[in-house]
Amino acid sequence: MARLTGKEMVVEALKREGVEVIFGFPGGAIIDVYDTLHKDGTIKHVLVRHEQGATHAADGYARATGKVGVCLVTSGPGATNTVTGIATAYMDSVPMVVFTGQVPTGLIGNDAFQEVDIVGITRPCTKHNYLVKDVKDLPRILKEAFYIARSGRPGPVLVDLPKDVQNQEAEFEYPEKIKLRSYNPVIKPHAKQIERAYRMIEQSKRPILYVGGGVVISGAHKELKELAELINAPVAMTLMGLGGFPGTHPQSLGMLGMHGTYAANMTMANTDLIIAVGARFDDRVTGKIDAFAPMAKVIHIDIDPTSIQKNVKVDIPIVGDCKIALRKLVDVAKKEGRPKDVWKERLAPWWEQIRAWQERHPLAYKYDENVIKPQFVIEKLYELTKGKAIITTEVGQNQMWTAQFYKFDEPRTLLTSGGLGTMGYGFPAAIGAQIAFPDKLVIDVAGDGSIQMNIQEMATAMEQKLPVKIVILNNQFLGMVRQWQELFYERRYAATEFHVVPDFVKLAEAYGAKGFRATKPSEVEDTLKKGLETEGLVIMEFAIAREEGVFPMVPAGKATTEMLLV
Amino acid sequence: MKHTLSVLVENNPGALSRIAGLFSGRGFNIESLCVAPTLDPSLSHLTLVTTGDDFIIEQIIKQLNRLIDVYKVVDVSEGEFVEREMALIKVKAEDETRAEVLRMCDIFRCKVVDVSPKTYTIEVTGPESKLKAVIELLRPIGIKEIARTGTIAMVREKKTL
Repeated sequence: MARLTGKEMVVEALKREGVEVIFGFPGGAIIDVYDTLHKDGTIKHVLVRHEQGATHAADGYARATGKVGVCLVTSGPGATNTVTGIATAYMDSVPMVVFTGQVPTGLIGNDAFQEVDIVGITRPCTKHNYLVKDVKDLPRILKEAFYIARSGRPGPVLVDLPKDVQNQEAEFEYPEKIKLRSYNPVIKPHAKQIERAYRMIEQSKRPILYVGGGVVISGAHKELKELAELINAPVAMTLMGLGGFPGTHPQSLGMLGMHGTYAANMTMANTDLIIAVGARFDDRVTGKIDAFAPMAKVIHIDIDPTSIQKNVKVDIPIVGDCKIALRKLVDVAKKEGRPKDVWKERLAPWWEQIRAWQERHPLAYKYDENVIKPQFVIEKLYELTKGKAIITTEVGQNQMWTAQFYKFDEPRTLLTSGGLGTMGYGFPAAIGAQIAFPDKLVIDVAGDGSIQMNIQEMATAMEQKLPVKIVILNNQFLGMVRQWQELFYERRYAATEFHVVPDFVKLAEAYGAKGFRATKPSEVEDTLKKGLETEGLVIMEFAIAREEGVFPMVPAGKATTEMLLV
Repeated sequence: MKHTLSVLVENNPGALSRIAGLFSGRGFNIESLCVAPTLDPSLSHLTLVTTGDDFIIEQIIKQLNRLIDVYKVVDVSEGEFVEREMALIKVKAEDETRAEVLRMCDIFRCKVVDVSPKTYTIEVTGPESKLKAVIELLRPIGIKEIARTGTIAMVREKKTL
């Protein structure tokens, strides 16, 4: 057993956990860990320009790979700047470990320079957090932090490291395995519940698979596809679930909810059985809860028991990992052996109805020869990338148009802030994803508002030589809020219009990147082609129809059948 | 509906704050909260009285269980249980009421734990309903100060026939 200092333990633990890259920003209270990292030299460090960027980059890295994203920042403002990124990861169940420096233990509570109670601040937005008061506890805490972050329903864990603890010495034995008596997530679902669920599915004449981020996180996409194809059920996805089931599959209804497809919302409203998998009946999905799927029974598969029966009454709760639960469900279905054509025949009238909804109101927009429609940009982007890119988005209209018009066939190819809805997420997340997959095409779809929330990371991307492509849909508005103002506030555009927007082409050039701009629909394809073919970091700016809206739209608090259409 | 929850938590700094934060952050009620060590020094026993319909109580129990520091949650009010609370009540006791206060103490089996020329301090223990009755009866006489512990509770041992 070796004696190590706290800072050496941190670096050693990172190596044992297989961490290849960390995102961070140094400062006085974490300088010792930085020094150790530097001397060790085996772990890549990405120096960001703002700590929020570090958290989103670690988050993007984690979502793209399924591995734990790691951040390293200093105390005080360094720590508080991570809060938005931590909350973003918490809402979307992203595994992440954030190390913050802290003032020496003797000064804690004294309002010391750059002191903040970051453990107190992040308590409600981390899965768990630690203030390390004794270096002897550090090996265990490091092991627990990674274990908690990645197991069960994943989430961010924060470890606060006082400066003196970083420099104290203790015996270092990194635990191989860990067992916490107070934390035992249920992974294997109850066999009886699976049986009951199957019986209910067998009885259903109008089922729907309602799929959320849990399918992506647990890697259950194959099992989901197998089940969907076997029982011939339609599949609607939440924003976080996109890619969990192929968007081009004939059984896919696309996204449901506030900006979901007409068919998805109508199918949900008329179903007699919701099979919810790794989704949590968020208000953006259910709309007015009393009017949500009034005829439906509910089977709910989720690893987090708190998600079950939180917003809607559930008939058959199944707590466990989505992948295992779906595998068992498929096994039971196969054993029962109802032939495929029986399923097909049974659901034929249901599909007839669904196809009619799809035909009545497909996703649509009015093409314009004179002004660029944002949906057109996304469609072209989809065509040119053949749907093979990793797409990140910011938050707002850009996000919804991407969710609607880019068809995601593979899990972990759409990285977007769903739960918290964090503007400024997309670009740093793209940096994280590009670091994980240097050879893949990574594109951030942004608006002119949200890109400016973390634009400083252009320097990070340049420094790391990352060929991230940024598509800016520029309407000189905070478009989604403007849309609400147009529809529900009699067009009073309070604080949503930008009178000054930087010249994004010049901005790209200022950072040493390339910039292209399209102002006419005829230029869209060429601009995209040029931008995608250009090496290195590129901004492609599109001057879009300023007052274009996202439709369909379910006004907040209304039933999901009350959709405003194009 | 009122529910009494018995919660075993890791005796870690911040554990109580996590629980209190959970209740305030999610808008659950806390009527009383009582924390003390158990025989195992690594665990604390927390008794929490809360209100809500079945839906909310289910969420509260699940959310408590989700906290990494929470080891076990039992809704003791689901079955037979005993609950006790203690209060110290400083009550005015001047010439004409001194005897009356003592009589009351006698009836409710309270103890006088401090005496001054103008006050008695009474210790009363029992279920919340008993405390309520004592307080109501003493109130007209003049309560100067009151300190309550909050409820603690335990499931009754199963009766054997």
